[in-house]
Amino acid sequence: MTTTQLRTPRRPWWGVQPIGTVFALPYLVFVAVVFVYPLCFAVYIAFHDYIFTAPGVSVPTPFVGFDNFADVLTDPKVLQSFRNTGVFLVIFVPLTVVLSLILATALNAGIRFVSAFRVAFYVPYLTASVSLVGVWMLLFAQNGLINTILGPLAPSPSWLINSGLAMPTIALYVTWKQLGFYILLYLAALQNIPKELYESAATDGANLRQRFLNVTVPGVRATTTLVLILAIILGANLFTEPYLLTNGGGPDGASATPVLLIYQKGIQQQNPDTASAIGMLLVIVVGLLSMAASRLNREK
Amino acid sequence: MKTTTRTLAVIGAVALFAAGCSGGGDGDGDGGGGGDGAAGATGPIDIWTSNNEAELAWATAVVDAWNAEHPDEQVTAQEIPAGASSEEAITAAITAGTAPCLVYNIANAAVSGWVRQGGLVNLSEFEDGASYIEDRGGENVASYQTDGSYYQLPWKSNPVMVMYNKTVFAAAGLDPENPGMATFDEFLDGSRQIVSSGAAASAIWPSPTSEFYQPWFDFYPLYLAETGGTMLVEDGASTFNTDEGRAVGEFWATMYSEGLSPQEASTDDAMSAGTTAMQLAGPWAIASYADSVDVGFMPVPTSGGADEVFTFADSKNISMFTSCENQGTAWEFLKFTTSEENDGLLLENTGQMPIRTDLATTFSDYFAANPMYEAFASQTERVADVPSIDNSVEVWQVFRDEYSSAVIFGSQSVDDFLTNAETEINGLVGD
Repeated sequence: MTTTQLRTPRRPWWGVQPIGTVFALPYLVFVAVVFVYPLCFAVYIAFHDYIFTAPGVSVPTPFVGFDNFADVLTDPKVLQSFRNTGVFLVIFVPLTVVLSLILATALNAGIRFVSAFRVAFYVPYLTASVSLVGVWMLLFAQNGLINTILGPLAPSPSWLINSGLAMPTIALYVTWKQLGFYILLYLAALQNIPKELYESAATDGANLRQRFLNVTVPGVRATTTLVLILAIILGANLFTEPYLLTNGGGPDGASATPVLLIYQKGIQQQNPDTASAIGMLLVIVVGLLSMAASRLNREK
Repeated sequence: MKTTTRTLAVIGAVALFAAGCSGGGDGDGDGGGGGDGAAGATGPIDIWTSNNEAELAWATAVVDAWNAEHPDEQVTAQEIPAGASSEEAITAAITAGTAPCLVYNIANAAVSGWVRQGGLVNLSEFEDGASYIEDRGGENVASYQTDGSYYQLPWKSNPVMVMYNKTVFAAAGLDPENPGMATFDEFLDGSRQIVSSGAAASAIWPSPTSEFYQPWFDFYPLYLAETGGTMLVEDGASTFNTDEGRAVGEFWATMYSEGLSPQEASTDDAMSAGTTAMQLAGPWAIASYADSVDVGFMPVPTSGGADEVFTFADSKNISMFTSCENQGTAWEFLKFTTSEENDGLLLENTGQMPIRTDLATTFSDYFAANPMYEAFASQTERVADVPSIDNSVEVWQVFRDEYSSAVIFGSQSVDDFLTNAETEINGLVGD
């Protein structure tokens, strides 16, 4: 008996369903205009001596190679901003993953008043940062509630004006604010873990902790990867919280972030070229971190 | 690894593609703008004004007066669009080509950048441009030139003085009518007395935040006073790494290190709330605090004390934008709004000082009726603004960062702050 190898027909570039491509076109155009073009333009700016001009005004924008990147990489303030972001990520990412998974598991376990708890965790996420920041500023001020409770244990200088504590305080704030969103992701993932797995584990004598580590954690691995990547991206784009909580860079630049510097250089100082170079570096760093997080989680 | 390589390759390809797209610009760099016939064209125009109530009332009055007389050259006024600052909203409007004909809220620090963008009309090129500006404002207005030309009409100033709460001073045992705080030592002693007596939690509360313009309301007025009006940068180099700069830096560092000035930003209006006894403010503050605080004013202190000291002008000026199609009307309207009559109206409505050579005599009746403003009128004879230089905003940001580190947070010495800021700023203005 001879076997005939069937050739898979080559898929045309417009896809199997051309009508579907037509429906997708508006979105493709949207992506091209809103994402692809600005990205390419930002890359172009980063390699040129560029300023924004009034329409019809022409000024030289010579190609400068990697000069803008060299300026950025030798600027201590830029390097400090990346270090500050590193501090933020080291606190924010693990705290987010661990807390949101534990809380989602608890909320999924059918405890009493579960709806009230879900709302409680989700409300800060829905509330505008600007209004919540005011509350935190009052809480963590020199004469605020936290220091009043701590009494002699209160740090000096106080939280948000302490160069060692400003960024960790911001990381705690952002963790608290964003937790509801990540809990929601985990709750969705937990619904997809078959109950039989828990029943089998229980039959085998696994206790609560063992069921969590051996069923829940592997069961939500894909979501953990998503949470890690989203948390890294959010951390890298940090702007509003340090800008408002620590008044534009914090004590001695301790809470300045790359995005804050992009704003300062690009908008306030009218140097979009160096701002774009910082943006490019940020994209590369975030890309590498996200890939590392994804791989790390997969290999586990 | 394969994924990493592929991602980096894509990033590199995009970068090289974008770099390869470089046309280098055609390079005429004329910095001009607007249509060829725009300079003399007449017709309707738009203007932007600041959003404070008193200034809006003035703008409405002068626009109504103009419109009644010029049916074919109607003026439409609106507040500057919301943004983190007026400068950012204006920069965005220049880039988008949506700037109005005139903006009545121009800070000197932003002008050089906008000239570089080709966003501002050179007012010196109007036939009577330079002469009108100089006749109205006197010789001192030359410091508002950029590249030797006027891209702004120096309009009004808010000379910065020390405003204090008389009630708090009395509670602290200081004489509210004559506090005697003209020297740094006297000011420090008075401040200690205010805080130690419990009359207020802090003596003076300048904003400790990192925005580039904050030095204009702590270091700079005292530096101008100490030096007799030397600007931060003169003749292409910074001026502040001197004994005078050091004295001012040490003075503020003492205020912060002794807790007389808080390191945290105030969450409310500290003056109204009574949590501070003093602030550095212009004449606008008189009306603002009339109902809530019994205020007094004194000149900013110096190390040795002086009767007549310089201070920061905190001027706001008027610029015309190259996107304006009817620049002829805009120029005439600009002159109309800065006439003696409308300057008088501005003074009455806002308490802000028109930049005129003959301010005190022209409006003598007003100052006789409003003696608190008289001190500011006198102070306008001894003011200086921020220097009109390239990279102005970046220069002030560098200065602020170094100042904050040394003076507010004590992370480095005042000497290091002065030296580091000098080196960086000389690099920026020497480009």
